[in-house]
Amino acid sequence: MQGSISNRSLLEPASLRDALRMLRDEGPLVPMAGCTDLYVTLNFGTLSATRFLDLWRLPTLRRIALSDGMLSIGAVATFTEIMQSPLVRRRLPMLVAAAREIGGPQIQNRGTLGGNVANASPAGDTLPVLAAANATVVLASADGERRVAFASFYTGYRTSVMRPDELITALEIPPVPGRQWFRKVGTRAAQAISKVVMAAVGPRGDALPRVALGSVAPTVVRLPLTEAALGGGASIAEAQKILLQEIAPIDDVRSTAEYRRRVAANLLARFWDGNALSRT
Amino acid sequence: MILTLNGKRKRVHAHPMKRLLDVLREDCGLTGTKEGCGEGECGACTVLVDGQPVNSCLVPFAHADGVRLTTIEGLGGRHPLQRAFVESGGAQCGICTPGMILAAAALGPRPSLEKMRVGLAGNLCRCTGYTAIYRSIRRASSGKERPIRKTRRTRKNTQNSR
Repeated sequence: MQGSISNRSLLEPASLRDALRMLRDEGPLVPMAGCTDLYVTLNFGTLSATRFLDLWRLPTLRRIALSDGMLSIGAVATFTEIMQSPLVRRRLPMLVAAAREIGGPQIQNRGTLGGNVANASPAGDTLPVLAAANATVVLASADGERRVAFASFYTGYRTSVMRPDELITALEIPPVPGRQWFRKVGTRAAQAISKVVMAAVGPRGDALPRVALGSVAPTVVRLPLTEAALGGGASIAEAQKILLQEIAPIDDVRSTAEYRRRVAANLLARFWDGNALSRT
Repeated sequence: MILTLNGKRKRVHAHPMKRLLDVLREDCGLTGTKEGCGEGECGACTVLVDGQPVNSCLVPFAHADGVRLTTIEGLGGRHPLQRAFVESGGAQCGICTPGMILAAAALGPRPSLEKMRVGLAGNLCRCTGYTAIYRSIRRASSGKERPIRKTRRTRKNTQNSR
């Protein structure tokens, strides 16, 4: 079942420049690509927007490349393309691990990294990875480009600093120093939305460990105090106590706040045990 | 738009935002593609786009331009997977079956059990419990029925809670 479509219109730009011009002159427009989130809301009539901008066929937004030591992943690269990219597999294996657990093959073939970021769900599976990797969001408008640190991209529940005339064109990821770790906890491996999702990077030299969690706060969160404690030699029990101060999970249809707190603390221990093992 | 549908070119007029699922069923008369959940959870509406499985309930018709589309009708009723699903009990109520068969077809010949489990993870069946489905796929690739042996490892990788 699909709601009335006769009042909907789709703009199909031939280039990114075209798309940005349409966004400026013919907005407001809802950008769309793989449609794996958008069409759920359209099918259930929970989205009132009627005008859409199709980015799916813009090849410049699909590119996965390395330049000046930065891994750049185009916003419209699909999770399947990310899983298959030798560059991403080498540089950012925790993103490959996250992509593998998003939906099933049908969703991975269509869902995109930029879409996961723009959809801004606190449960988005790639978001803790981008947070732990110190990623940068590349935003473009007809006026030019700007770069926003992923850590300051979200301003609250499902809100971000992105303007209506802007598109996410790419995510840029600097080299990640330590061992990468990813774990999603849901009802099953495929087709489940996370109850808790964590990405982490082990310490390396002077670099502190990094810990990012999804589904435990209104936005994805980094845990700077927990990271500092672990890096400073605190016991895992002490670090877990600090972690519980840094998250604010809620009860919802998928889980309870209490369960999420326990799982988040357990995941921290699991990650940290793995580091101890890999150091010996 | 000229669709490349099951190996044939076909002219179809439909709204670019119409779901590919509805275009196939209503405008092309191909009702083998089923609607289950309408939100990308169940895989009943799976079709192949350039050989890759997608949920046609989440694909706008505009994205069918310039791609090769395969629906269950495209397998012609005589595909080894179709025969094996009938002979090995892979189909019961039948709603998930077209999607299951297309997702299985995308795995290529002789997929391992692990590959089947991951490849069909986006297709839900509420009748057979999957074992008969895996047995059918195995039969299609080997020509004979072989038992499916479950190992702890593969179970853990795809089915247990994580």
